[in-house]
Amino acid sequence: MTAVLPSRPAVERPTGGRLIDQFEYGLDAPICLTWELTYACNLACVHCLSSSGRRDPRELSTAEAEAVIDELQRMQVFYVNVGGGEPTVRPDFWHLLDYAIGHDVGVKFSTNGVKLDKVRAAQLARTDYVDVQISLDGATAEVNDRVRGAGSFATATKALENLAEAGMKDFKVSVVVTRENAGQLDEFKALTDSYGAQLRITRLRPSGRGADVWEQLHPTMAQQKDLYSWLLANGEHVLTGDSFFHLSAFGEALPGLNLCGAGRVVCLIDPVGDVYACPFAIHEDFLAGNVRSPGGFQQVWQQSELFADLRNPQTGGACTKCQHFDSCRGGCMAAKFFTGLPLDGPDPECVQGYGESALAARDTELVTPRSHLDHSHTGPVRGQPTLLGMPAIPPAKICDESPLAGLQLG
Amino acid sequence: MTSPAPASSTTDAAVTDPSVFDPELPWQRARSVALRPEPFGALVYHFGTRKLSFLKSKTLVRVVETLADHPTATAALLACEVPEAQRPTYVRALADLARSQMIETRT
Repeated sequence: MTAVLPSRPAVERPTGGRLIDQFEYGLDAPICLTWELTYACNLACVHCLSSSGRRDPRELSTAEAEAVIDELQRMQVFYVNVGGGEPTVRPDFWHLLDYAIGHDVGVKFSTNGVKLDKVRAAQLARTDYVDVQISLDGATAEVNDRVRGAGSFATATKALENLAEAGMKDFKVSVVVTRENAGQLDEFKALTDSYGAQLRITRLRPSGRGADVWEQLHPTMAQQKDLYSWLLANGEHVLTGDSFFHLSAFGEALPGLNLCGAGRVVCLIDPVGDVYACPFAIHEDFLAGNVRSPGGFQQVWQQSELFADLRNPQTGGACTKCQHFDSCRGGCMAAKFFTGLPLDGPDPECVQGYGESALAARDTELVTPRSHLDHSHTGPVRGQPTLLGMPAIPPAKICDESPLAGLQLG
Repeated sequence: MTSPAPASSTTDAAVTDPSVFDPELPWQRARSVALRPEPFGALVYHFGTRKLSFLKSKTLVRVVETLADHPTATAALLACEVPEAQRPTYVRALADLARSQMIETRT
C-alpha cells in the first residue's frame, strides 16, 4: 500500500465524550457496510462511482457470498447496503437477499429498477427487513436520462409505480445531486411523495467514471448554499446518508454524523471480495484486504494497517487550523484524493472557498489518481447517456425500430 | 406519471408519549433488540423499527442487560452501582430508550 495518509500519530481512545469522537477511533464492526454484488450493469451512467458495466469473472460465488453473510451475522452487522453494478442482474440476487434476511442481516439495496416488475414488487412488499432504493438523477426524464441513459427514467418510475401498487412501505428514491438537478429538489420531493416513498439525496463524488464528469456536474457554490438551506428546512424528512457534512461549515451542523466514516464506521466490500475504506474509494491506496483471505472480513476490518491508520484523528494539515474544522472535519477523503488534493487539506467543494483555491493551485502537470479497476462497457450501450455528446446507438436490427426502418424500397 | 400510492405514516403512541418511562416498573431489553458491544459501550439495534442507537457507557450497557433481573429499573441502577448524582442522567437515558422502544415493560 502506498503511504497516502497524512501522518496521524496513534492515540489512545478517550473514555466518554461525544459519540463522534468515539467514532473517529473506529468500531469493532462497521455500522454501515456497502456491498457491491456485481460490476455488471445494464446502464452506463456517466458518473458511476464504481465504473461498472461488465461482470468481473472473479466475483464472489453464491457460496462465498453466503459465507460473508454468515460472518456479518457473527459480527452483528445488522444491515448492509447492497449495490453494484446493478445487483438484481445477479441470478442469485433474490436467493442472497433471503439468505441475508434469514441470518439477521437486513438488506437495503439500490437498483435502477430494471428487474422490479409487479411480481418482484409484490415479493418485496411481503418481505420484512428489506429496503429498496431506486436511483433517479433527474426529476424529469430529460435531466435524468442525460446522465443515466435514455429510457432509464421510464424504467425507474415504472419500478416505483410497481412498488407503490404492491403496498411496499418506506421505499426510497435515491438522487445524486448534480449541477443539472440541484434546482429540482422540490420536484424530487413531490415526485417521491406521490409514490408514498422517501427521498434520499447524496453527494456526487469524483470516483470511478464520476471523475470524468465531476468538473461539469458537481454543484456550483451557489447551488451548495441553496442545498444547505434546503436541507436545513427539509432535512427531517429527507435522508442524506450523512453525505453532505462538508456543508456544515456554512454555519449550522446538519443532522447526522458529521464525520468521514471511511474505515471507521463504514467500508465497502466489492464484487470480488476486496475491502475498501469506503464505497467512493475504489483505489489500491484504500484497499485493506480481501474477504477470501484467512480470517475473512473480520480480520480485515479489525486488523488491517490501513484501517488502523484511518482510525486516528487528523491532527495536522491546513484544515485543522480553520475555525470550521469541527463542523466539516475536512470533508470527504475520496473527493480530495480523486481531485489530486492533499488528504489533510480542504475538500474540493469546501464551502469556505479553500477548495477552489486548492484546485486552482494544483500543478498543471498533475495527473489525478485513477482507480486500477474499470468495468465500463467497452462497446456502445442501449440507452447511452447523452451528457458527453455521444450519439445514441442505432437499433441492432433494423426491425427493432420499425418493420420498415432503413429499408430502401424501390 | 400515474398511480401515486397513499403515503404511509402510522404513529405509534408509545413513540411519541414522553411519559412512557416509569423507573418503578419492571423493564427489559426489548425482545427484538440486539446489543453489540463496542469499546465505548454498545450499539443497540431494533430489528422491527430498524432504528440504531448507542449506549455511551459500559455501565449503561450493564444496566440495560440486567433490567430483566430486577423488580424495577431503579433497582437495576442500584445494583449496577450507578452513583446517586448520575442517576437522573441514567433515568433520562432509559427514558430515551423506552421512547424508541429499545426497552419495554415486563409483564
